[in-house]
Amino acid sequence: MKLLLEKNHVAGIRGYEVYRREGGYRSVEKAMKMSPAEIVDEVKKSGLRGRGGAGFPTGMKWSFIAKPEGVPRHLVCNADESEPGTFKDRYLMEFLPHLLIEGLIVSSYALGSNVTYIYIRGEYAWIVDILEQAITEANNNGWLGKNILGTGFDCQIYVQRGAGAYICGEETALIESLEGKRGNPRIKPPFPAIKGVWDRPTVVNNVETLAAIVPIINMGGEEYAKIGVGKSTGTKLLSACGNINKPGVYEIDMTISVEEFIYSNEYCGGIANGKKLKACIPGGSSVPILPANLLLKTAKGETRYMNYESLSDGGFATGSMMGSGGFIVLDEDQCVVKHTYTLARFYRHESCGQCSPCREGTGWMEKILKSIDSGKGKMSDINLLWDIQSKIEGNTICPLGDAAAWPVAAAIRHFRDEFEWHVLNPDECLKRNYGLAHYADEIHVPVTA
Amino acid sequence: MSEQQLFKVTIDNITINVAPGTSILQAARSIGGDVAPPAMCFYSKLQGSGGKCRTCLVEVSKGSEKDPRPMPKLVASCRTTVMDGMEVKNITSNKVNEARAGVVEFLLINHPLDCPICDQAGECHLQDLGYEHGKAGTRYEFQRRTFQKHDIGPYIQLHMTRCILCYRCVYTADQLTNKREHGVLSRGDHSEIATYIEKAMDNDFIGNVIDVCPVGALTDKTFRFKNRVWFTKPVDAHRDCPICAGKVQLWMRGDEVFRVTARKDEWGEIKDTADGKTGWICNDCRFEKKNVSDWVIEGPSVINRHSVIAQGHYLGLKQPEETIVKVMHGQNPRFFMDIHDVSEVNRLGIDLSLIEGPATSDTFNELKKD
Ligand SMILES: Cc1cc2nc3c(=O)[nH]c(=O)nc-3n(C[C@H](O)[C@H](O)[C@H](O)COP(=O)(O)O)c2cc1C
Ligand code: SF4
Ligand code: SF4
Ligand code: FES
Repeated sequence: MKLLLEKNHVAGIRGYEVYRREGGYRSVEKAMKMSPAEIVDEVKKSGLRGRGGAGFPTGMKWSFIAKPEGVPRHLVCNADESEPGTFKDRYLMEFLPHLLIEGLIVSSYALGSNVTYIYIRGEYAWIVDILEQAITEANNNGWLGKNILGTGFDCQIYVQRGAGAYICGEETALIESLEGKRGNPRIKPPFPAIKGVWDRPTVVNNVETLAAIVPIINMGGEEYAKIGVGKSTGTKLLSACGNINKPGVYEIDMTISVEEFIYSNEYCGGIANGKKLKACIPGGSSVPILPANLLLKTAKGETRYMNYESLSDGGFATGSMMGSGGFIVLDEDQCVVKHTYTLARFYRHESCGQCSPCREGTGWMEKILKSIDSGKGKMSDINLLWDIQSKIEGNTICPLGDAAAWPVAAAIRHFRDEFEWHVLNPDECLKRNYGLAHYADEIHVPVTA
Repeated sequence: MSEQQLFKVTIDNITINVAPGTSILQAARSIGGDVAPPAMCFYSKLQGSGGKCRTCLVEVSKGSEKDPRPMPKLVASCRTTVMDGMEVKNITSNKVNEARAGVVEFLLINHPLDCPICDQAGECHLQDLGYEHGKAGTRYEFQRRTFQKHDIGPYIQLHMTRCILCYRCVYTADQLTNKREHGVLSRGDHSEIATYIEKAMDNDFIGNVIDVCPVGALTDKTFRFKNRVWFTKPVDAHRDCPICAGKVQLWMRGDEVFRVTARKDEWGEIKDTADGKTGWICNDCRFEKKNVSDWVIEGPSVINRHSVIAQGHYLGLKQPEETIVKVMHGQNPRFFMDIHDVSEVNRLGIDLSLIEGPATSDTFNELKKD
């Protein structure tokens, strides 16, 4: 089922004329006849959960925003998308810029934000032009600016480029950076809903979350909530990559199984080059990696589905998370140790360095993983790594510390034998001759019809 | 006006009443002794400081009377305010002790541990922290991070290798001077305190960054390598200064003034002056007035800090109350040694100027006999 990407193949949809002809900006027309509170209500009814990673209910977040008399409020769209494996927002902004702008106008109206920002990662330089073009078109056609549709509501949208730091995707670091400061996460409380941009009440939402407001208003919150299952309502964009036949961005309703997502031709099209599935990170680099057997079935032996509840079934012991929807697939030839080292290198490089466990711990883990990966590790290093990650997790200012700890923990939890193999076979790891098929977890072979 | 409602808070089984808005750390400090969590980045005189080093993490086992749920994670006591009926575990929590040992280990893996040649040794907060919460050995087997030393202006040297990135100096420069003098460059474990281009930090009050620095990263160039702090005796003194309040501590040996600092309290923070303002001192008092004749001497300072420096037997030494045995039901789980009792230096009546060259406890015992 497609709600967001329904029209993405219509020629010229990036431009205003075609977008409007295809039914664009209907939601603004509808929303402006509603009161802001009614819109927040619809979003609550829709069950929409934040698509930025944490999955926090959007309607609830919106209702938390403080409304002190005479103080402006702001909506900020988080387009920093820097999580390895996640590239869904980029697709949406690049091909359907007006969908985001439309969602932003409705959301700004609901939250009372007269000045709304899109904070976009610096590397998405060409998308800035696309968005600014769309904003100009929306302005010229009366969807932005003063007294929109005669309602008396004014709104302007500005695009602010980041300078290339993953941490500026964390909402309070983003706010600092938006204010022109060093992108260090703030210490919470106070939360942005009370004190955000320039100490004013602020809501930060992901690109996909804000785009989803458009179908929610168009079809109504209750109808939207009927799509999907349980607390995973609506549709979700996934960016699939790694050793699959058809990497790309897919929109799913959250009722399909993980197996179907990987093997069906509609989605990933199976593992590339006839290889077997070894492991997968289902929700972007920060969430725990799962071996094939636990990915397709939960520990209880039930089918695992592509939704929030099912992916996290079993907690971190046997499950993972939906996260930001970056679906990274590893085939039987991939080395989990090397892979974990690569991630550790990323987190070490991206830590802002404010708090000691994350600043020092990420660097330490990277060094140990590097030495294990290059055949210089010791058996005791594996337990040491475990201990370091456990001392980072939960003890830091922002969730980047957790995000750095979890991948290491999960790799050791599920692939300890692979770490041990590296320690015991230093020569072979130096030759990059991992012989992985011999010691990896049970490898999945799909049942062929 | 009715009396302000006080909040009841229990820390390590000791209950006190504090004003709403008080942080857990400040509440614990008002109890004193071991119940006060160590704080490497928080500095009560600097707005916005704290939350970074994570040494002050505590367990909140009961949120408040109204909402008794425990907090799911350990919290930074310096940036968490108390609620009425809150119950906090500091040294009585294994989770806290473990996390804190982890933080100390993290702070030390890249620290050069060059205490023998560091001017801060003896009054270094990291040294104290290591004594009390550290481990005997290290598990870190890689090369430590190093930086070039930088002279920032005529008075201050920055030795970034020792820095723990507490940001105190950044806040000091931001809040005490009228333009931004320096900040942090880069990210993560490669970030550094810098003036960007090797620029002098040039401001009448910039010398205070030396006093707030918990380690030996920012040192006084007029004092560098001149003496060990425990061989100098602190004396309260003042002068009529046109720039600052002029109330200082002189660190003397015989009649020689080796170093001038602001006056500090038992937590190592600069004390308030009589008018309730923080007693920051100006560069002139700190770096230029090194003669006894520049000052009116008030008398020996009382050193009551919970630190290595307090092991010197200074006049009027007031050791903080030890609560550890009490709250731990008779146990005393210290790793190393009581930092108040490690050596014999600075006994009363010993004239330090009589000692030439390096000294040990024996030297002091010898002198005492005479
Ligand atoms: C280190 C870090 C990086 C993050 N990066 C992003 C990001 O690139 N995009 C995003 O939408 N959210 C990111 N988040 C999550 C945001 O902090 C925030 O939760 C999110 O923008 C809220 O939007 P939502 O409620 O719509 O999900 C990141 C969080 C952390 C801790
Ligand atoms: S957890 Fe890491 S990224 Fe987050 S504030 Fe601490 S050092 Fe910075
Ligand atoms: S130089 Fe000193 S005061 Fe400044 S951040 Fe480093 S340790 Fe803290
Ligand atoms: S003193 Fe509280 S985190 Fe550093």
